[in-house]
Amino acid sequence: MKVALWKIAHARSGDKADRADIGLFAYDAATYAVLKREVTVARLTQHFAAMGAGPVELWPLDNILALKIVLNAALQGGAARSLRMDNLGKNVAAQLLRMEIEAPQDLPRLLLK
Amino acid sequence: MKTIRIGAGLGFYGDSWRPVRASIERGGVQYIASDHLSELTLAILQKDRQKDPAAGYARDAVPMLAELWPLAAKHGVKFILNAGGLNPQGAREAIARAFRDKGWKATIATVSGDSVLERIDELRAAGEPLAHMDSGEGIASVRERMLFANAYLGAQPIAEALARGADIVLTGRVADAALTLGPLAHEFGWKWDDWNRMAAGLTLGHLLECSGQGSGGNFGSAGEWAKVPDYAHLGYPIAEVSEDGSALFTKPPGTGGRVSFDTIRQQLLYEVHNPHAYVSPDVVLDMGTLRFDDEGGDRVRISGASGAARPARLKIVAGYQDGWMGTGMIGFAWPEAYAKCEKSAEIIQTLVQERGWTPEETNVEYIGYNSLLGENADPTYRDQLNECFLRMTIRTKDRRVADGFGRLFPWLGLSGPPYVGSMKGVQPAKELLGIWPTLVSRELVEKSISIEIENI
Repeated sequence: MKVALWKIAHARSGDKADRADIGLFAYDAATYAVLKREVTVARLTQHFAAMGAGPVELWPLDNILALKIVLNAALQGGAARSLRMDNLGKNVAAQLLRMEIEAPQDLPRLLLK
Repeated sequence: MKTIRIGAGLGFYGDSWRPVRASIERGGVQYIASDHLSELTLAILQKDRQKDPAAGYARDAVPMLAELWPLAAKHGVKFILNAGGLNPQGAREAIARAFRDKGWKATIATVSGDSVLERIDELRAAGEPLAHMDSGEGIASVRERMLFANAYLGAQPIAEALARGADIVLTGRVADAALTLGPLAHEFGWKWDDWNRMAAGLTLGHLLECSGQGSGGNFGSAGEWAKVPDYAHLGYPIAEVSEDGSALFTKPPGTGGRVSFDTIRQQLLYEVHNPHAYVSPDVVLDMGTLRFDDEGGDRVRISGASGAARPARLKIVAGYQDGWMGTGMIGFAWPEAYAKCEKSAEIIQTLVQERGWTPEETNVEYIGYNSLLGENADPTYRDQLNECFLRMTIRTKDRRVADGFGRLFPWLGLSGPPYVGSMKGVQPAKELLGIWPTLVSRELVEKSISIEIENI
């Protein structure tokens, strides 16, 4: 079934020059395996296309159940020359949590009341 | 077994130092590592320096130390801070003046040599192209517009300053984590090519450098953020470090916030590019071997950092003038709040065209709808919003156009769509700065590092 990432993961984003970067974290190992499979460079590129971002980079970190995501050329040249309200890219993580992926319905987090 | 406790100071210029008191009073810390500089901060400090040559440092260091020093001195706590910004000597003079007024004594070390703005030609003559790190573009296009250029120094001068008896180490631009790695290397006598220990120190410095973000603040999540206890009294994180570089990560007792596997790993990856090669001046860290063991009760054991040899080149971040931003804003209430914002944007665009203004870029955002979520905003309720604000910004080389743009908006109050709010004055043109990251051979920078010791 389709599941929005905010239901099964948490995330923080920041900036370095013209790059926005996101850490995406599974609450548990079962979810991490799903994130690793479903949150791909292709999906991310599509999800952030409107930001005009350059190449997307992605690294899985099994030791902390996390995906490290970097959106190159995503901040209009950097925070100090950006025209955007979110010049620091702090909400790029919130944007990511709105992405929907295919996930089994019995993930631990989805069974929580 | 000897352990060293280092507490986080500020996480940015303008952060609160109130929580640092708890770390000193009951956190058992020996050092406070206080990070006043973001990538952006030097741009702010440069504007200060243009107005007043004695300025150009993070002014908050003065009231921070004025408030905390008596307590710090009583507990034998030393401060490492990069509040020197573009003018470490100016910062030292301001702090020394405040201390002398109060009759306090301290040994202050000032580390400088990071600023290379005056040395650009010298560095280029020495064979450094200083091309843009990402795009490869040559520096000639921005050379004349450059406002600051600073290399990120490492932890060695900080450790040396401590070895020379400093109570307060004041630096300009250093790698944020060097504020923590410096005292650790000094205390434990770590060898500068002991890459795994260097990597451990870098990890801890990185976890401490954003103050409350390392202890439950800004916990990016849906729902979970609300479970972080007592934000109003959130304690800043503390690392209790052993000689082998492993550490207990925690916060002072009786404070709010949360130190857990979840909150710490968010900070670990914050503003990191390749996590298997997190480059600092002192070591290249691989985060893939780290182990976080959550013991509960705001205690996480950290171990397993692995490092590779430090880079041959240091990073420089320079800032250059890059035009002006004009800003206008107007808010509307129901009914048709969004539609009225959209109509106003259209009207403003017409006025801009009729004036013959040709901004290089126009940015239209709807606050309350998409100004933070962009294209990922959910449009379901867009046409039923209770209220919505239009924010428009333009990019132009002409400062007068940027100023004039904001002045177009108040007129809408009487001659545009109904039920307006937020008529709070006109925003003046704002100078935009481009960031120029580049690399330079470390010897060329390091030969100019100076450490001055002053007893006051």
